[in-house]
Amino acid sequence: MDIISSLLTEHYNATIVFFATALLGLSAGLIGCFLVLRKQALISDAVTHATLPGIGIGFLLSLHFGLNDGKYLPLLLLCSAITAYLGAAAVQFITNKTRLSPDTAIASVMSFFYGLGLLLLSIIQNIDAGNKAGLNSFLLGQVSGLRIDNLILLGAVSLFVVCAVVMNFKNLRLLCFDKNYANLLGLKVKTTENILLFLMILVICTGLKTVGLIMIIALLIIPAITARLWTERSELMAALAAFFGALSCIGGVYLSSALYDLPTGSTIVLFAFALFAVSLVIRIIRGADA
Amino acid sequence: MSMDNTIAPLSVKDLSCRYTRQNNYALRDISFTAKAGTITGVLGPNGAGKSTFLKSILDLLPHEGSVKFFDGTLAKNRQKIAYIPQRSSVDWDFPVSALDVCLMGLYPRIGWLRRISKAHKEEAMHYLEQVKLQDFAHRQIGALSGGQQQRVFMARALAQQAELFLLDEPMAGVDQKTQTLLFDLFSDLKQKGKTMLIIHHNLQAASAHFDHILLLNQTLVAQGAPEQALSEDAINRAYSPIEA
Repeated sequence: MDIISSLLTEHYNATIVFFATALLGLSAGLIGCFLVLRKQALISDAVTHATLPGIGIGFLLSLHFGLNDGKYLPLLLLCSAITAYLGAAAVQFITNKTRLSPDTAIASVMSFFYGLGLLLLSIIQNIDAGNKAGLNSFLLGQVSGLRIDNLILLGAVSLFVVCAVVMNFKNLRLLCFDKNYANLLGLKVKTTENILLFLMILVICTGLKTVGLIMIIALLIIPAITARLWTERSELMAALAAFFGALSCIGGVYLSSALYDLPTGSTIVLFAFALFAVSLVIRIIRGADA
Repeated sequence: MSMDNTIAPLSVKDLSCRYTRQNNYALRDISFTAKAGTITGVLGPNGAGKSTFLKSILDLLPHEGSVKFFDGTLAKNRQKIAYIPQRSSVDWDFPVSALDVCLMGLYPRIGWLRRISKAHKEEAMHYLEQVKLQDFAHRQIGALSGGQQQRVFMARALAQQAELFLLDEPMAGVDQKTQTLLFDLFSDLKQKGKTMLIIHHNLQAASAHFDHILLLNQTLVAQGAPEQALSEDAINRAYSPIEA
């Protein structure tokens, strides 16, 4: 009881940061697992960069409607989710309608949206220099700014993501493994694809403000590839990816506060990669023995 | 007579398939009907369009012409149709076991958001036993031999309780034991009135295993009973280079 009460009083803010980032890592790891299995890790790159113009548009809209000095979070998140969806749709469209391969489509869509986003942010800076500082946190994340309402939001999102994945697990796995077969059996492939896309956008948008645009990509992919090194079973891989995601966040947050106040987004990603590297070495050693 | 009156599981009319954005055809004007309870072999040289043929039938590739399954469309008969893809098209590193793959054949019956129960697993084990893989049920598919891998997908087709089986080179890269096992399984299925369309590469063994032959090389060179469709003349025409 002493520990709990001391957590809630003395380390109130730190506790919130720990739990909030751990929940984010958990959902990101879980969703990332399917992106990796589907060999579509790069699509998260395009979608994440495509959130940036949405943030700019959301800011301008909320400024226009006089909401919270332009930083009305629900509107920012909604707009970023919309442009994220447009980014994914653009990749799909280019891949379907041209001979270009998905990675080419992703590279061009990603640069376009990122360029557009940076353009909007610089316009915003010119019209309203005082408020732009808040938008920078979407690029690089701002863990220390997490409050109880962020924790509640992340908790709700994580619960939703976990439930959706558990209910859809066999459909998601079949989609990743053998899409043709799922199509032949008439197993609602389009719906399953949209569910996965929706969950990915949900995780990315809620994670933006926490670890930032670039780092959220790492949180989607690295825990999933780490998990793959430990198991040959997809159920276990999903659970381990969620675990490694949460562990990376907890470890990263701890390191960043313990060591000279390092930027948290970076330490989380470095910690996640360290887990991957260690797992890889262990795997190689075990493989050499076998 | 009664055989002819039953509904044909598959009838294909004037099927053509074009490479994207080009005018030359990968397949041209193919018409044929598979009768219930028969095994049709699809033969022809490499690049003849055998896989393209199967994929077009299943709407996995855009095509012209009409394809009828049983009394209607593909959409109405999905669960009656089992497709076994070429081995090279499968991601063998994927973290699934033989049992997981076999269970996929049961998904339509399990229901969309329902979870896999113990009874489903027992049923899937029963199909793995039919292809003699019960001892390998929990092994990751990449850790199986080529013959075992082919049998996993056969078990999945059996689990689906299909009426029509479309198999893309099931005998490629497969050991002798599996070949015998699979051919026994095919004649067993035939006895039960199931229909099979099998892409095969070996002309020699063809007459022993197939009731009907389609000899393909971008178009239908010959079709009919094996001795008729595999005449020396037909084989020469199918395997000689096509003039531009």
